[in-house]
Amino acid sequence: MPSLANIFWLGTKEIRSFAHDYVLVGLVIWAFSFAVYSMAQSKSQELNNASIAIIDEDNSPLSHLIVEGFRLPPYFRPPKAIALQDVSRLMDNGTYTFILDVPLHFERDVLAGRQPALQVNVDATAVVQAGIGASYIQQILTTQIANFLARSERSQPQRVSLDIRIAFNPNATTSWFTSVMGIINNVTMLAIILSGAAVIREREHGTMDHLLVMPVTPFEIAMSKIWANAFVITIAVGLSLSVIVRGLLGIPVAGSVPLFLVGVVIYLFFASAVGIFLASVARTMPQLGLLYLLVSVPMNVLSGSNTPIESMPRALQIVMQASPSTHFVSFAQAILYRGAGLDLVWPEFLIVALIGGLFLGLALLRFRRISAETN
Amino acid sequence: MTPDEQNVARLEKVSLRYGDKFALDKVSLDVPAGRKIALIGPDGVGKSSLLSLLAGGRRIQTGDVWVLGGDMSEARHRTAVCSRIAYMPQGLGKNLYPDLSVSENIAFFGRLFGQGKAERDWRIDELTKSTGLAPFKDRAARNLSGGMRQKLGLCCALVHDPTLLVLDEPTTGVDPLSRRQFWELIERIRERRADMSVIVATAYMEEAERFDWLVAMDGGKIISRGTPLELKTKTGASSLEEAFIALLPAERRSGGGSLVIPPRPPSKDGPVIVARNLTRRFGAFTAVDNVNFSIERGEIFGFLGSNGCGKTTTMKMLTGLLPATSGQALLFGNAIEAEGMSARARVGYMSQSFSLYTELTVRQNLDFHARLFHLAPARAKARIAALIRQFRLAAYLDQTASSLPLGIRQRLSLAVAIVHEPEMLILDEPTSGVDPIARDGFWRLLIDLSRNHGVTIFISTHFMNEAARCDRIALMDAGRVLATGAPSALVEARRAATLEDAFISYLEESIEARGGDDGRETMAAAARDRADRPAVAPGAKLNRWFSPRRMFAYTIRETLELMRDPIRLGFALLGTAFLMGVMAAGISTDVDSLTFAVLDHDNTPESRAYLEELRGSRYFIERPPLSDYSGLEQRLKSGDIKLGIEIPPSFGRDVRKGVPISVGAWIDGAMPFRAETIRGYLQAMHQQYLVDLATREGSSASQAEPATIETRWVYNQDFYSIYTMAPSTLAFLLILIPAILMALAIVREKELGSITNLYVTPVTRIEFLLGKQLPYIAIGMANFAVLLLMATLVFAVPLKGSLFALVVGALLYVAATTGYGMLISSFASSQIAALFGTAILSYLPAFQFSGMLTPVSSLAGAAAVMGRMFPMTYFLPISVGVFTKGLGFADLAGNFRSLAIFAVVLILLSFLLLRDQEK
Repeated sequence: MPSLANIFWLGTKEIRSFAHDYVLVGLVIWAFSFAVYSMAQSKSQELNNASIAIIDEDNSPLSHLIVEGFRLPPYFRPPKAIALQDVSRLMDNGTYTFILDVPLHFERDVLAGRQPALQVNVDATAVVQAGIGASYIQQILTTQIANFLARSERSQPQRVSLDIRIAFNPNATTSWFTSVMGIINNVTMLAIILSGAAVIREREHGTMDHLLVMPVTPFEIAMSKIWANAFVITIAVGLSLSVIVRGLLGIPVAGSVPLFLVGVVIYLFFASAVGIFLASVARTMPQLGLLYLLVSVPMNVLSGSNTPIESMPRALQIVMQASPSTHFVSFAQAILYRGAGLDLVWPEFLIVALIGGLFLGLALLRFRRISAETN
Repeated sequence: MTPDEQNVARLEKVSLRYGDKFALDKVSLDVPAGRKIALIGPDGVGKSSLLSLLAGGRRIQTGDVWVLGGDMSEARHRTAVCSRIAYMPQGLGKNLYPDLSVSENIAFFGRLFGQGKAERDWRIDELTKSTGLAPFKDRAARNLSGGMRQKLGLCCALVHDPTLLVLDEPTTGVDPLSRRQFWELIERIRERRADMSVIVATAYMEEAERFDWLVAMDGGKIISRGTPLELKTKTGASSLEEAFIALLPAERRSGGGSLVIPPRPPSKDGPVIVARNLTRRFGAFTAVDNVNFSIERGEIFGFLGSNGCGKTTTMKMLTGLLPATSGQALLFGNAIEAEGMSARARVGYMSQSFSLYTELTVRQNLDFHARLFHLAPARAKARIAALIRQFRLAAYLDQTASSLPLGIRQRLSLAVAIVHEPEMLILDEPTSGVDPIARDGFWRLLIDLSRNHGVTIFISTHFMNEAARCDRIALMDAGRVLATGAPSALVEARRAATLEDAFISYLEESIEARGGDDGRETMAAAARDRADRPAVAPGAKLNRWFSPRRMFAYTIRETLELMRDPIRLGFALLGTAFLMGVMAAGISTDVDSLTFAVLDHDNTPESRAYLEELRGSRYFIERPPLSDYSGLEQRLKSGDIKLGIEIPPSFGRDVRKGVPISVGAWIDGAMPFRAETIRGYLQAMHQQYLVDLATREGSSASQAEPATIETRWVYNQDFYSIYTMAPSTLAFLLILIPAILMALAIVREKELGSITNLYVTPVTRIEFLLGKQLPYIAIGMANFAVLLLMATLVFAVPLKGSLFALVVGALLYVAATTGYGMLISSFASSQIAALFGTAILSYLPAFQFSGMLTPVSSLAGAAAVMGRMFPMTYFLPISVGVFTKGLGFADLAGNFRSLAIFAVVLILLSFLLLRDQEK
């Protein structure tokens, strides 16, 4: 089969070129090792070291017990005692995300059954921490007050308890999520730019003309770049998953890594095709770069790999359903965290492949013109 | 040791190496003053390196270089004399700015030399008149022909009346008429300024004849020096080209002997290549205009003309790379399109740039091409072996193509083009930049292919002696074929002495016919009225360290370029708006629309009462109930539900009896943040349920809930994330886009070569950086305005604090972020590396580590370190604070200070990392 042979040989050439571009190799290694590692370490998704201050106007055993309740690393930093008049200044300059106010005579009023109010000020601009922190604070307060009352009077045991289990990530550890999502974001960013730049580079060096006058079809050229690209990145993803994520970070992966890698390959087919398409639209490297930003930034940011996709505006959610990055994130989470099998994820594989095919078609339509426009 | 008064420059044992290759090898040379001197020799022998050392554009590695009475290794001396030296680097108009017009280019250089407006104006006037560019003052440099571009380069070089004029291959790729006029121009300038020394590198031996003194170079060494006559006498040769070959060491001369071209047997077949009224237009510009020719089997057909006259476009149409606008091109009697793949297997093509894969070795290149042409393995092996023998490539088999000398690379290129034994070869300037011996060797191969294998050869060239070897040639100018015929017939037809004269006569006729719109003939007239204005003493009023005029030279130029690049400009403004719209709307940390399903084993009023709170919540959406435990697991796995609630069978009874019982909740933990939030919601609801239950059963309210907890969402009562996300996205985009544009702007100069102007003109590094930064700060502020309007108008985020503080903060921030791009650009040498590097190095820290989603104080590990070293961390509190908290200067003083420090430090670092000479 001459066509397959062409695709294969053209692809080996791509891999050799890639291996010679040390800057690119360096960036790929950085992206799949250090970048993933630092994102995993960031603890950005959990309540970590949150800053809290307490205004203790009551200064009673109960209020002391409450303060003790917040000496709970790693969630909170040791609470600082502040005065009432400092509240707005300290919140304005962001020193504290949470400020708890225990009013005067709080203990007395609790014991007297007057239901006094505790006030928790939350800096709502600290988006991720504010919501989680507020519910932690609520829990701590409820527990501490209950403990206090249990000591002083006979309190009833809880009649209905709620037993919450978090599936797939029992402690809701950030690194489980961000490490894999970091890999996914990097796949999108890299695959597009690598394949796009490979096309533009051939054009700038005049080798694209050379190929186009040989008995090689644009389809073969495009496919060779896609497989070479997919080959390099799939290896990088595989290594990153096994060495960085499982090894270094010690994160258990529930599902089947081979199945995930199959998904990665399908996604890479799409992302490389998009790169080639963008390269066929752009005339120069800077233009490619700018187009690339317009495409890759929203694809990453809105894919659900950073913030929950359910909370995006409805219209945007529908639009993002057309972006394979959304499906990639979705099936990656399903396979790696929840151990989903092919029976659950095949529709998403199919969608990604179809959209990839569409972009490949568009790129091929424009391919011949590539040569015509460089002059 | 002071250089002799008679010498304008002196080199002592100068060596220069790139990696382990010597470009110059212990070169010593005295360059006499007030003369016209040429460095001759093929490409890659060290001519360019030597010239850029003389001009101060390259750092001296070993040895001494004295120019105009001082040591060029001293920065002080370089600064002092650079306004007396003019340097025109190799490559057509490499130090020019293609988007700028003729007069803007000259004005830019005038500013670099500190000239005021009045002085610039008369100089532009004078220079354009004397070079014949006056009618084209407003034409963009990119639209000039090769010859005109070369003259513009000269204008820019002469704008400050230099004492030493250094020209690196100024006429390569220019048609013979323009070439002749160029040298006449130099002559006239020298007449006026007799003390001016001119040093030129050239590969055209015919040109070198006109010089006072020659320096012949080969392999990084000087092999001879003297007047042209001396060199010829010394070697007993009749022409300089022969003299040069004779001067080479014996082993380099191998394969010499004069070239014999056997006559071509007449062909019995029809024509192999036919062009019929072939025309190609690019927009309004006609690149190829009604070209006709037909070429027979085995013929060597030459194509002559200046750069940009349409040769390459014609060849591209013949190979089918480019469709013709009108007319027809036939290969082997068929239209090109229709032939498709089968024709391609019969054609070999070699494009201008020797399109090899430079990172592959010689053998890999040959194998690769044999495979693409589907040569059977056995045949491929034999064929490659034969080519290696025939092209003498055996010694280089395992070297990468990029490490080969030009001549070898060209041989390999031809070998690759004929690996499939094509019947026809299309060669686009295959010999430019190759030394005479290699060129002769190359032609021997071509003649063998044509005469012994019947291969038809279509070749374009600049060299007249190569043209003379063709069976027939076509002379081309401005897209049209001026004449076609055997070289000797053309010479005869014009009654010219040489082919070059004949070509010039055709060119003159063609220009005449076009009404002389080339401005070539205005030159003679203009040269006369060059007024004897007093030359301003160069360097007298230049401030060595900082001159606002030089800085603004770059600002003005960069601004003009930006204004003329609608794509970059459009992206900077509209692209930002698009990203802002998408991101601010899309990044939401409001956790809602959460899907849940219930596995209610009990299904009693009590269990329904428990679920009431959940079902009524605006955060949750119920999906069809679960029937068993495996369904719960399955639906969590597929992502259909984010929460599953399991109510045990005896729930209602136990609640009634007061027996403690437990409800189970399963949360999808794939996204920890969402899981934590769901847990919070659930706990609050559960608490509420307990209170309700106790109240219903008659307990006192205080028993059920001894204290209430009031949570106040400060700055954002509804806790809508848009109020935070819009100001955050603003900060995010103001680092991503200005940094990338800035990095590209600097690396572009490196990649395109105009960075030379920094090396050889009085402009200092800090002027260069600040001058280029200003327009990008302006763009950044325009971005900021767009983003601000979008935040307030589209997303309706109220601006509570001081607008003025926000503007000042943005200004400092943009100064810092452009500085960040600048810093990254000092490591990158290609645009793609700059782009990719800046994107990756700003996206991750900006999005993850600078407090956009999580406060920096809560980050851990490397993330926290990266966050603190990133300017966005300090702007985010300003942006968010002014928008949502109503803050002003006083509250944010620390952040303003940090941003200012960032801006200064980043510029200083870039300054330190930017070289003032090429390494």
